[in-house]
Amino acid sequence: MNLGYRETWTVVHGLLLGTLFLLAFTGVLASLWGLRPGRLTAAGIKERIRILYVGAWVMATTAIGTVLTGTWIVYPWYREKLAKIGESAYAGCAGSVLPSATCSPRDFLLSNTSGSTESWHTFGMEWKEHVTWIAPILAVAAAFLITYYGPRLIARRWLRMVVIVMFVCAFAAAVVGGAFGAFLTKIAPVI
Amino acid sequence: MNNIQSQTVSQKDQEVAPELGGLALAPRADGPGAAAILAAGIGVFTLGLLTTLAVISASLKGFLEDFQGSVGVGSLAGKTTVAVVAWLVAWAGLAFAWKGKNPNVRRIFLVALVLIVLGIIGTFPPFFEAFE
Repeated sequence: MNLGYRETWTVVHGLLLGTLFLLAFTGVLASLWGLRPGRLTAAGIKERIRILYVGAWVMATTAIGTVLTGTWIVYPWYREKLAKIGESAYAGCAGSVLPSATCSPRDFLLSNTSGSTESWHTFGMEWKEHVTWIAPILAVAAAFLITYYGPRLIARRWLRMVVIVMFVCAFAAAVVGGAFGAFLTKIAPVI
Repeated sequence: MNNIQSQTVSQKDQEVAPELGGLALAPRADGPGAAAILAAGIGVFTLGLLTTLAVISASLKGFLEDFQGSVGVGSLAGKTTVAVVAWLVAWAGLAFAWKGKNPNVRRIFLVALVLIVLGIIGTFPPFFEAFE
């Protein structure tokens, strides 16, 4: 039971950072939702805000880490052009049931050599690689708002909703990336 | 003028949530918060815009590919780098312009929300592939 170099990075990208982001979201959302007038004492507010600071910045940091490792480390392995032989763009994938040294995951999906797989790249990967970058932008902005306003968010219901909407949008973008990442890893793993 | 507005906001806060009185919070202007919100919208919109424009313009796609160096990321390198730079520059500029001020956060958020929705549409493959 061991992981290769590339597999280790896909685990860091998707499983460690991605999962931490999704877990932190749950805590942040629950904390924000409960940050309402008349619910907490002054001591309770201080404790809740401290947890919120940590959770929000964990979300922001893991979102940044996820997109950076995904884009600059894992993605180049995914999109290598290995299968071209002569005039045939995907000759190296002929008869493959999985990506290989002569057939990158992108080659494999576009070759349709193992069923109709092309749209996993043209829709799934194309959307995932772009939309996930929205997550760190919104998560950092929302974490800043929590840090800047702190307990004042209790009295500012509308502003609290703004922060929640930004976090939910960041989460939704990450879910699109995470879901397609999981499917793509199953169909065409980076090995 | 801004100090008076901030004090008023703070008094309103304590009327809504009296428990904040025990925390001795200093008043905060909305400018930096509004800057963060609008800059995020600008960043997301830039990402969507570049994703779609890279399909329309081969020269822009080539320019965006130049950001990848020898890593093999393709035009994604440029799209994300330019979007992040636009986001951070907009944030710094707006934060400077609105320092100590209280712009209308609701209106700014609605503008940012429109930009975010447009940005998401720009990254949606059925949309940008329609320009191929």
